[in-house]
Amino acid sequence: MDSRISEPVLGPRSEDTLPASVTTAVKVVIVGGFGVGKTTLVGAVSEIRPLTTEETMTQAGAGVDDIAGVERKTETTVAMDFGRITLSDELVLYLFGTPGQQRFWFLWNGLFEGALGAVVLIDTRRLEDSFDVMCRLEERGVPFVVAINAFPDAPSYPMSELREAMDIPDTVPLIDCDARSRGSSRDALLTLLRYLHTLTTTPPESR
Amino acid sequence: MSDPTHDRPRTWEEGGPERLYVITSGRSVAAEDGPLDVVTLIVTKKDVPGSGMQPEHAAIIHICDYPLSVAEISAYLHLPVSAVTVLLADLLESGHVEARAPIPAASLPDVELLEAVMHGLQNL
Ligand SMILES: Nc1nc2c(ncn2[C@@H]2O[C@H](COP(=O)(O)OP(=O)(O)OP(=O)(O)O)[C@@H](O)[C@H]2O)c(=O)[nH]1
Ligand SMILES: [Mg+2]
Repeated sequence: MDSRISEPVLGPRSEDTLPASVTTAVKVVIVGGFGVGKTTLVGAVSEIRPLTTEETMTQAGAGVDDIAGVERKTETTVAMDFGRITLSDELVLYLFGTPGQQRFWFLWNGLFEGALGAVVLIDTRRLEDSFDVMCRLEERGVPFVVAINAFPDAPSYPMSELREAMDIPDTVPLIDCDARSRGSSRDALLTLLRYLHTLTTTPPESR
Repeated sequence: MSDPTHDRPRTWEEGGPERLYVITSGRSVAAEDGPLDVVTLIVTKKDVPGSGMQPEHAAIIHICDYPLSVAEISAYLHLPVSAVTVLLADLLESGHVEARAPIPAASLPDVELLEAVMHGLQNL
């Protein structure tokens, strides 16, 4: 047995508490491949140090009877970082960084549901990672913008070439972003919000 | 610092499947059926006594003096969202906490809400 002292659960530090008046919470998802800068972006704009929530992924063997419960399943723990921005006395925005690889798609249930939209972060050294992500978001009807997180040794392509290579529709905003910069990360979020605003206020036939 | 004579197990870092099974008494809430989202805000109701309850329940009541999202509760308790959802269902039913529901999943969100989010971001 574990013999470490049982500490009281530490909640948020007093400076990290939300105003009691907050009534509405919205969420935006930052999605992208491994090491593309998701946590960096969340941390750059979050008012709290990014927190981590874990979910376990259960992989039962094919054809195994789950009810019998005899077969030992493998459990993998996947961490998801998130941050928070209090926008007003009533409104708070949560940002979730989630991996884009297919094996993590199980995390997306419940995460994208009710989300305003997503920022797809792209590293131009690994474009293929993002292709599946965008298809998947389209399938789910999640509106998204695409942000290119520029790494110093990454090849630089003209936007029009990237758009064509990745088959990004003309209507979907494609922007440059430095995930380390608060201003740049905030602008990526604003680009998403403006896009959502356009989608909401423009009748579908005139898009 | 550790105290080997202290016999209460430290629960929060032991999120193994068996441990979670005990905490939630083997129950689970199907994500699509549950009313709780990762950003549903939970607040403790002031007037309900919390004595004699399971430590995990007591911990939630303790940290939700001010509103906290389900995701934050999960992070502070080191428990998966799925386990926290089960615990919260108990506390909602017993009236110890209240939930402030997030914006319901709609194909496109309300314009006024989007404008409020944009306005807040512009003021960052
Ligand atoms: N030069 C440069 N480095 C960056 C940028 N954004 C992130 N990095 C660095 O890239 C590394 C990975 O960034 P993370 O934010 O951890 O990426 P992530 O997407 O959360 O990674 P995983 O969660 O492991 O998939 C870190 O060392 C960052 O400091 C950027 O815009 N420019
Ligand atoms: Mg990360």
